[in-house]
Amino acid sequence: MGASKDLWVFIETKTDNTPKNVGLELLNPGKRLAAEQGGKLVAVVIAEDTSIAAKAAGDYGADSVITIEGPEYKHYSTDAHTAAFTYLIEKYDPLTVMIGATGNGRDLAPRISGRIGTGLTADCTELSIDEQTGCIAWTRPAFGGNIMAVIFCANHRPQMGTIRPGVFKKPASQPKDIEIIKESFSFDPNKIRTRIVEIMEEVGEKVDLEGAEIIVTGGRGLGDAAGFDLIRSFAASIGATVGASRATVEEGWISHAHQVGQTGKSVAPKVYIACGVSGATQHVAGMSSSETIIAINKDPNAWIFNLADYGIVGDLYEVIPLLEKELKAKLKA
Amino acid sequence: MKNILVCIKQVPNTQEISIDPETNTLIRDGVESIVNPYDGYALEAAARLKDKDKDIKIYALCMGPPQAEAALRECLSISADAAYLASDKFFAGSDTLATSYILSEAIKKIESLESIKFDMIFCGKQAIDGDTAQVGPQIAECLDIPQITYGLTCECKDDELYVTKETEDGKEILAIKFPCVVTFTKPNFEPRLAGAKRRFAAKKMEIGQIGVDMLDGIDRAKIGLKGSPTQVRKTFVPQVKKGGVIFKEGSLEESASKLAGLLVENKIVVDIE
Repeated sequence: MGASKDLWVFIETKTDNTPKNVGLELLNPGKRLAAEQGGKLVAVVIAEDTSIAAKAAGDYGADSVITIEGPEYKHYSTDAHTAAFTYLIEKYDPLTVMIGATGNGRDLAPRISGRIGTGLTADCTELSIDEQTGCIAWTRPAFGGNIMAVIFCANHRPQMGTIRPGVFKKPASQPKDIEIIKESFSFDPNKIRTRIVEIMEEVGEKVDLEGAEIIVTGGRGLGDAAGFDLIRSFAASIGATVGASRATVEEGWISHAHQVGQTGKSVAPKVYIACGVSGATQHVAGMSSSETIIAINKDPNAWIFNLADYGIVGDLYEVIPLLEKELKAKLKA
Repeated sequence: MKNILVCIKQVPNTQEISIDPETNTLIRDGVESIVNPYDGYALEAAARLKDKDKDIKIYALCMGPPQAEAALRECLSISADAAYLASDKFFAGSDTLATSYILSEAIKKIESLESIKFDMIFCGKQAIDGDTAQVGPQIAECLDIPQITYGLTCECKDDELYVTKETEDGKEILAIKFPCVVTFTKPNFEPRLAGAKRRFAAKKMEIGQIGVDMLDGIDRAKIGLKGSPTQVRKTFVPQVKKGGVIFKEGSLEESASKLAGLLVENKIVVDIE
């Protein structure tokens, strides 16, 4: 069991072959855990063209990269990606495999764990190595975030986990040439049992929530679509990006591109200002790693206040203009 | 004629769960048990297919303790035509992989008991207590059939199921061959409710019972607490941020002024236009 002591991080790619942030983020805890395990930090890239992601993996700290390349991997498919990833695990026998808990990551990881017959821990937010057993202590929220559970996979290898995006910071980038192992594994496209009929991407608006330093988010407490006018104007004045809760997106007040939370973006800005946001679990999942959290809500019992560093209980329509005015007065003084 | 199996879980209503500040443990007493809401969306997706094709038969399957029968009766009251409960002390403590293995064996058993094959197996994307989202894909893997996760709506077209799914960039429509597993997330409509007449009828319906002895080929070394590759070592209550400065009283002008002062002083907001 476990001939290798290596720790693998899956570098998930977009259809343009660039890496998603989460894979690079995982190289950060991955570096530390791989060293503690006594193995190498290995990045895995499965894409149409792996060169961009493989280079990024080296720059962000991987010791080596294993790639599988082919046109069948341009668009993610459960069948092709599971087969390719499982092939690599069976060949190299890593000790630990970490996959970002994105939509595709959470589609892929359970399929691999089922095929290999090993344990998988979902949506982890903390990672460490248990000194006694040497196992990864996978720590994750459950019961809607009311409780944290520490999970071990003691007797099966590799030990696998999906890790929530935005929880760990990307390491500093230092250009570095590392060993790239090119594996060839092709998957017959006719054997992919799903077919893409239509991709309906949100067009027009591109919102860089993941790169934002300040985010001002509007929630159901706005009351209507026009409420985002206030949010947009406040955000513009302090150089912030506009975020939105799931409820507001579902109501059609703002586009999905702005959504923060489990089915939107995971963010970790320096400052997160939640306006009229109650703090539902699926929202908190996407923003709880923010450095400073400010909450404005008229309900004093709103859960968001339990996470907030600063907050005002009051009607956001009154509080935001007052806050903006006071900030102006103090910063321009 | 198509057959749909909807896998459901009985869960505590986590919205109602709170933390005992004295003992730092979950207060679960008096918290109601419900059908996992995401499984409700899966059941609604099945019911909508049946709205268009009356020949479709909907089965519900739940693994859990005997009292989970209540959750199955709820499904029967809404739209399920038949229900099975997989319940056995040997199943207790199973992690996601062991659970999926048991469910996949139970599915094969129901197929043989009913002399049918399931065309579609629908699940909620995740349960609101465990939040893992792993059981749907792992059932698909155990049965070696394809899957689509994060489904919103679906429709049958010829020999494929068209599923509109949620993605990080928007939505996608994927087509999938039968048999298949689809997991569902919250769509932008509410699922139908139980009707009084159906509720009355559901009380008297028989619920099929599946125990470990009925699952002929099952490897008992792969189920239950001992057969699970993952184990929960400990649980703890996450620390809520203590010492957050929350202005609750006083005039809003005063609160805004004080907050602005703190934000500027601590260099949290450094520039404004």
